[in-house]
Amino acid sequence: MKFPISWVSEFVKLPTGLEVDIITQALVGAGFEVESVQNLADEINGPIKFGKVISIEEITEYKKPIRWVSVDVGEIRNVICGAQNFKVGDHVVVALPGALLPGPFLITARETYGRTSDGMICSTRELGMGDDHTGILVMNEQDAPIGKDAIATLGLNEKIFDIAINPDRGYAMSIRGIAREIATALNLDYLDPASLVEVNDSKDPSGPIKVKIKEGADRIHLRSVSGVNPDAPSPLWMVRRLQMCGMRSISIAVDITNYVMIELGQPLHAFDSDRVKGAITVRMAKEIKTIKTLDEQERELFAENLLITDDSGALAIAGTMGGFESEVSAKTKAITIEAAHFDSVLIAKNARSQKLSTEASRRFERGVDPQLTHIASMRAVNLLVEYTGAKYIGFNAVDNLIPAQKIDFDPQAPSKVIGGNYTNEVVSGVLLAIGCEISEGKNGHWQITSPSWRPDLNVSIDLVEEVARLNGYENIPSILPASPLSRGLTPAQRRRRRVVQLLANRGLTEVQSYPFISSETISIMGFTGDRAKAYRLANPISEEEPFLRTHLVPGLIQVGLKNFSRGVRSLGIFEIGNIYRAVNEPSDSPKIGVDAKPSAEEIAKLLAHVPKQPLCVGGFFAGALERESWWGKGRNFDWSDATQTAVEVVRSCGWEPTIHASDFAPWHPGRCAELRVNGIMVGHAGELHPRVISALGLPERAGAFMVNLDAIAYPESVKAKAITTMVPTIQDIALIVSREVVLVDLINALTQGAGSLLEKIELFDRYTGAGVPEAQVSYAFTLTFRAADRTLTAEEVAGHRASAIESANKACGAVLRS
Amino acid sequence: MSADLEAVVSAALNAFNAAGDLEEFKNARLAHAGDKSAIALANRELATLSTSEKSERGKIINEARSRIAQAASVREALLVEARDQRVLVAEKVDVTLPLDRSSRGGIHPLTSLREDISDLFIGMGYEVAEGPEIEAEWLNFDALNIPADHPARTMQDTFFIEPISAGLVLRTHTSPVQIRTMLERTPPIYVICPGRTFRSDELDATHTPVFNQVEGLVINRGITMANLKGTLDHFATAMFGEGIVTRLRPSFFPFTEPSAEVDIRCFLCRGENITDSESCRTCRGEGWIEWGGCGMVNPKVLQACGVDQNVYSGFAFGMGLERTLMFRHGITDMRDIVEGDIRFTQHFGAGR
Repeated sequence: MKFPISWVSEFVKLPTGLEVDIITQALVGAGFEVESVQNLADEINGPIKFGKVISIEEITEYKKPIRWVSVDVGEIRNVICGAQNFKVGDHVVVALPGALLPGPFLITARETYGRTSDGMICSTRELGMGDDHTGILVMNEQDAPIGKDAIATLGLNEKIFDIAINPDRGYAMSIRGIAREIATALNLDYLDPASLVEVNDSKDPSGPIKVKIKEGADRIHLRSVSGVNPDAPSPLWMVRRLQMCGMRSISIAVDITNYVMIELGQPLHAFDSDRVKGAITVRMAKEIKTIKTLDEQERELFAENLLITDDSGALAIAGTMGGFESEVSAKTKAITIEAAHFDSVLIAKNARSQKLSTEASRRFERGVDPQLTHIASMRAVNLLVEYTGAKYIGFNAVDNLIPAQKIDFDPQAPSKVIGGNYTNEVVSGVLLAIGCEISEGKNGHWQITSPSWRPDLNVSIDLVEEVARLNGYENIPSILPASPLSRGLTPAQRRRRRVVQLLANRGLTEVQSYPFISSETISIMGFTGDRAKAYRLANPISEEEPFLRTHLVPGLIQVGLKNFSRGVRSLGIFEIGNIYRAVNEPSDSPKIGVDAKPSAEEIAKLLAHVPKQPLCVGGFFAGALERESWWGKGRNFDWSDATQTAVEVVRSCGWEPTIHASDFAPWHPGRCAELRVNGIMVGHAGELHPRVISALGLPERAGAFMVNLDAIAYPESVKAKAITTMVPTIQDIALIVSREVVLVDLINALTQGAGSLLEKIELFDRYTGAGVPEAQVSYAFTLTFRAADRTLTAEEVAGHRASAIESANKACGAVLRS
Repeated sequence: MSADLEAVVSAALNAFNAAGDLEEFKNARLAHAGDKSAIALANRELATLSTSEKSERGKIINEARSRIAQAASVREALLVEARDQRVLVAEKVDVTLPLDRSSRGGIHPLTSLREDISDLFIGMGYEVAEGPEIEAEWLNFDALNIPADHPARTMQDTFFIEPISAGLVLRTHTSPVQIRTMLERTPPIYVICPGRTFRSDELDATHTPVFNQVEGLVINRGITMANLKGTLDHFATAMFGEGIVTRLRPSFFPFTEPSAEVDIRCFLCRGENITDSESCRTCRGEGWIEWGGCGMVNPKVLQACGVDQNVYSGFAFGMGLERTLMFRHGITDMRDIVEGDIRFTQHFGAGR
């Protein structure tokens, strides 16, 4: 909210010379962020005076009309002026030589159009008062006496604060509230502007328009005036103040309602009384379907929109925006001011459903003083009477206001909640300062009546916050609490750290990609089944990418492409993150209240309603794994690097995975390994499908892996094995098998046949070519045998070797290579 | 010693000394200390002598053998040393040759920061709690005293999952993890909740729709706002260095009361010598930098989670990890953190 400090100073006795910094600190300390302080005096400097136009000589020899003007600013000055919107006798603002205008623009006496212009007649824009540059600022004698300093009169040297107001402090969206906060924070005298309004309610309700509340408000006042002079201008000081608060002057009636709203915090609406048919009613829209609002928009109404209606239909969207039909116009002679106290939630709904956040709705949403309706409406009427010659003809009102509940308050509560020692004197001092009334309650407690302008104060903790706030958060001591013993990281958290460290040490770079993907990506990847079941966002950042990722590889490829576009030619990257698969169509949310802890059954239902989002780790490799250098040739990434990395990931989770040939998108159908732990699939790795590589323009043979960390069980703690000192016996075997045989099957057969004394089996050669028949392949293994308790004899080992070969022959048709 | 043996010894010694390398030495030793050497023959001749002669002559021969053996050993050691010197020099390599056949890896600094913060709080008796990113609205909003009509629930900030009736959102903060923790455990509760969060802001130099938070929650008997302040001061010092204290400014959050913004002392100017907004670029001359939000857990939140407010009270705080990271490492553009340019992460390396 923007406001000039001079307006505030009408209600707080600010000591002269009180620095901007002191006020800023007071506001910040009280919880109001000061966004900016604009000191207009920095940008403008005199002499700038009011003057009366004495004579005008029209100069016509130039392309545009020019005037040679004599003005009386206490002395006669002659100036050149290009504007045409003034006449002899008008009062204007004259910047004399030596003056500085915002820009900065220094005024000097200068030769122009063949004459010496001894100053400048100013427009509002040149004075920094607004954007109007269509003509110069024309004033009357009363506002602008000859020779008077215009800077002070027009408020051109004001200090304008712009502060942020938290949603619970609606009362501070007014000069009344801000002045009270500054007064409280700086311990200064405060005059409540609401108390200055002369309210004339002595007579019975007598307004011409009846009023009813069906729902949505607990208090409303209508006050009517007649005999309005529609041509009456808004007084300059009012226009200027509205400007400084960021509002435009519209018409006297609208300006007055805005002025009173800013001053007191009560939004008002001015109706043209002659255009209201029947009684004014506050009610839900229900069957009323449309309204044309004063911004000339035809709006569709929702049944739960709160309206101001008359017999003809909707007059206004309550607390949000007035209707076009009943708006005051340039011909309006009778005005009815409406001031209501609406239900804040309903106004919030109005603003949201109509996408209309207005000065009025923002105040109602945050809470308005319910006692203001009759005062603010009166203040507006008084201003109408004073400035338009109108006559006050009476009011009508509905008052269903329920007095606020008293709050039971333990004066020890602030000390207990905040820490430190807040004496009863300190606590009561704060509560009285913000306008609370205190009476004695039971057990040393107090009964607190909070002031009407603080609808945010309802329970004990609200008062505690006020004590903390106004006593200064800076006075809260800093004390570390005692804490219980921690059990440290969970197994899952430790696993995550190990995997990250492993991959980084293997030369991969960690990235964190956005989880948003497009349907095109899903189809390029060739995803089917669960991988194609993506959750869709109702309001994505980009309509192109409305889905949530079902897999980590697409995001990694995106990041890879970004790096390639920046000149990277080879990379290995990884990401740890969640994936989301809409395995089941989402059902409706369980309905649970917040008044007490949900039942165990409700909690179980709620937790089950949230889908599983397994934590996965994925990697993407492209280009050269090893570069060429003094050591020799380089080597490109291939399927085996992706698979080996995935295997290492599983190992760092405490398991040795088994590997199985797979055909799983987005991988190459002949170069995709499935990793299993205890028979459960935990991930895939290999070379990407050539279609994916060509569709996305990736380097050839790019590889990837993804392992589902949540699918891998946590291993039992390892039982140590006795280390034997016996010498091992080593046997080499070369076998020839069909190329159709998968190596893992051959190894399994050998292992099985070799028996329990086989310690290790390693492939040391794979050969095709001369000496090996067509469509067959030769594998050479080293088998290591060892017994824990003895050195094996040659016969024993020869027996195991033979049975291993026999087993391989039976299972895979392998024969010993001669 | 007899003259003949003296000559044998000196011949051996001369031959050893004349050997220029181990090969020559081997021949010299064979000739002068081998089985067919003069000294060996002399030794063998002992057998032909009488017992009395044997003793005398044997003693002399032994002495001569010993001198030869000694000389051989000294000379050999010398020659081995010389050979080693030659070979080691010849085998010398340039150990400064590049060794990185493949590129260096890197851990994303957000990951490292998350680990640092977790370790700090574990040391303070906390545990690390986590929860899902697609979250139930009840946990993300309702239980946190953000009723259906609160502006934060509007489409502008929150990503909603279709269909809306499912009541699922991308969590807008990690506070639902606090709720889950309170529903699951009984006090005392000391947890921090790091994790990814989502708000529908466009990516620019200071905003990202996907970001990370770390929140803290403490529920115990007699927990005060002073405890909150003490915890934040400790946290700030650990993150930004000795002397970087916090300042609390009154604020509003639905889930805490009293609520506060947490500022830290500007780590650049430390609030010293400030005259105007130009005097420090980092804090714009304010001496303080906004870091996060905090407060005492609102009784309504405790109520929704079934925590007995007559017995327990608690505090909560939350900070953006990206913001913390930017402060700690002088990162000026959010995009560097989120875009995945490997140069950014590799600069931070794989260790600490």
